[in-house]
Amino acid sequence: MMDALGAPQTLLLLGGTSDIAVAIARRYAANRPLKVILAARDTPRRTKVAAELSDVGCVVSEVDFDAHDTTGHEATIESCFADGDVDVAVVAFGVLGDPEQAWTNADAALELATVNYSAPVHVGVLLAARMKAQKHGTIVALSSVAGERVRRSNFVYGSTKAGMDGFYTGLGYALREHGVHVLVVRPGFVKSKMTEGLGAAPLSTTPDDVAELTVKAVKAKKTAIWAPPPFRLVMLVLKALPTPIFRLLPF
Amino acid sequence: MRRLTGWGRTMPATTEVARPVTVDETIDLVRETSRTHGPRSRGLTARGLGRSYGDPAQNSGGLTLDLTGMNRILAVDAAADAADDGYREPTVVVEAGVDLDTLMKVLLPFGLWIPVLPGTRQVTVGGAIGSDVHGKNHHTQGSFGNHVRSLDLLTADGQVTTLTPDGPDADLFWATVGGMGLTGIVLRATVALQRVETAYFLVDTDRCANLDELMAQMVARDDDHTYSVAWFDAVTTGERMGRAVLTLGDKARLEDLPPRLAADPLAFSAPSLGTVPAVFPNGMVNAMTARLFSEAWFRKAPAHRVGEVQNITQFFHPLDIAQNWNRGYGPGGFLQYQFVMPFGAEDAFRRSVELITGSGHYSCLNVLKRFGQGNAGMLSFPTPGWTLTADFPIKPGLEQLCDALDQLVLSVGGRLYLAKDSRMRADTFATMYPRLEEFRRVRERVDPTGLFTSDLARRLEI
Repeated sequence: MMDALGAPQTLLLLGGTSDIAVAIARRYAANRPLKVILAARDTPRRTKVAAELSDVGCVVSEVDFDAHDTTGHEATIESCFADGDVDVAVVAFGVLGDPEQAWTNADAALELATVNYSAPVHVGVLLAARMKAQKHGTIVALSSVAGERVRRSNFVYGSTKAGMDGFYTGLGYALREHGVHVLVVRPGFVKSKMTEGLGAAPLSTTPDDVAELTVKAVKAKKTAIWAPPPFRLVMLVLKALPTPIFRLLPF
Repeated sequence: MRRLTGWGRTMPATTEVARPVTVDETIDLVRETSRTHGPRSRGLTARGLGRSYGDPAQNSGGLTLDLTGMNRILAVDAAADAADDGYREPTVVVEAGVDLDTLMKVLLPFGLWIPVLPGTRQVTVGGAIGSDVHGKNHHTQGSFGNHVRSLDLLTADGQVTTLTPDGPDADLFWATVGGMGLTGIVLRATVALQRVETAYFLVDTDRCANLDELMAQMVARDDDHTYSVAWFDAVTTGERMGRAVLTLGDKARLEDLPPRLAADPLAFSAPSLGTVPAVFPNGMVNAMTARLFSEAWFRKAPAHRVGEVQNITQFFHPLDIAQNWNRGYGPGGFLQYQFVMPFGAEDAFRRSVELITGSGHYSCLNVLKRFGQGNAGMLSFPTPGWTLTADFPIKPGLEQLCDALDQLVLSVGGRLYLAKDSRMRADTFATMYPRLEEFRRVRERVDPTGLFTSDLARRLEI
């Protein structure tokens, strides 16, 4: 159960080794150690993250989760809820891909669509069913400003995020009457392992900053946030630009 | 499907609510729920008037039984014939949904008095047993459970058992007293009563300049009075930290009353200022208002006054004159923190007041009291020592203050009160209540599948 001051008891990280997911767990743990379920592929990094969170007092369990393995998702989600309620579930998995490959190579496009859209929707429906039954909890979906208006430079990635963003936004509407909250997080450029080797864009942010904003927003029961917050305004302007101009922008 | 919160108006639960109005309806509902209970179902919780501050009387995703309709007073034995065959204790038999306000008003004309009244009369008998509530007379007369002579408990198997404090199922009785409703549903209870000649109290009031003076006064004078409690200032720091108004009282006898009151000594009139509307924003209780309130509350008390005749509302329940006063804190709600530290831990106690007054969190309704002996309730809160209560509006940083206070309470073997708690850690709770394992064994025996549960039970992993 979430307590009166907004501290969760159990945190589920799907894509549990993503930098932002780990930063969210650390942020919660710094306030009060909690149960963390790391759902991710069985990699050395997962082991390392688990050890790290245990060191700061968390009770960590590791669950095998692969976004591609849709037939296994139901059992995975079941096992995540087997030991009790989940207060906050973070849908944090995703891939960036090579943007030019993504629209010229059909398999690369399908891979992005699967990991960034199909799998989050599939998992989202399963999560929603469990949260609807327990009648409390928050689902945090890591979307991206790239999905708010797709750009020439990474429109396949952007389109997958647009889709998952829409799905989770709507899921929030549907779950509201069940006492379940959905928070859609729209970061700009985050300096993380996902974006390693890419030049930093303007208004770039860090996993720690995204995590801090996320934790605050979960507590305040917000439905969507931008990281950093000025992106909200930037995107409002960009969305309003006429296509002939937007198309020519250098990003 | 409804939204419920505790009195602190935090942590809402979305839950089915059923409101049985007879014992039979309650039994049917529990049997029905028990039949369909499985590993994935969410069980049920009993709820009374929702005066506990956190989440013990709500059940997210499950069923919450509102028992305020199961509220018949079944029998009153005034033991009026006691003069013939020696002392016999007056008793009342009630259904669990009867509230103490109604019960008090019904009993007073017979010259009968409920032995333990908490800070509000807006609690049910079931809730009073489940939380094992205490009042200003704890140091002389114990908590509510001390006065329960028997209770009928509806357990998960759908059966009703009559339990007594020293009968064959005494362990289940003492798991139920203070057990936060997790052993089953109290259907009926027999509660011992006291005889009174009047509905008034003789009250001594003293201002104390600081915490040390207050504690010294309480140690010296508590035992001479049935009732004793202090309000203290939780805002002022320095020399006058913990300045307080101590009130000591005893039931007034007929000859204590002035003629005007003696004409109708058992009369009870509860003035009401009406209901506080839900219009207050967050932040009404802040540095300025808390300082003003604390100054005024301290000043309005006489420096020293002896033997004033006060009525029940003046003496017991000043907050009951305004209904829904919790709305004054705004929609963000508030948190009540109450702990007890054993005698001998006075330094830690003083330190806790320092932490609160210096925290930047402002509390107006602060109560300090000395507890007497505890009872055999496994999860019952009162233990001999100093208890402190403070109300904080929810704002950032409150978790750090509460965590620091938890550590202090833990370090001297004290504990927090479950009826007030809304944010304790499960492991902290387990350390504070050493008889938890014993409680769990009883619960495992009478409710192996966990039919009776609550958000509090999940949060504290009881």
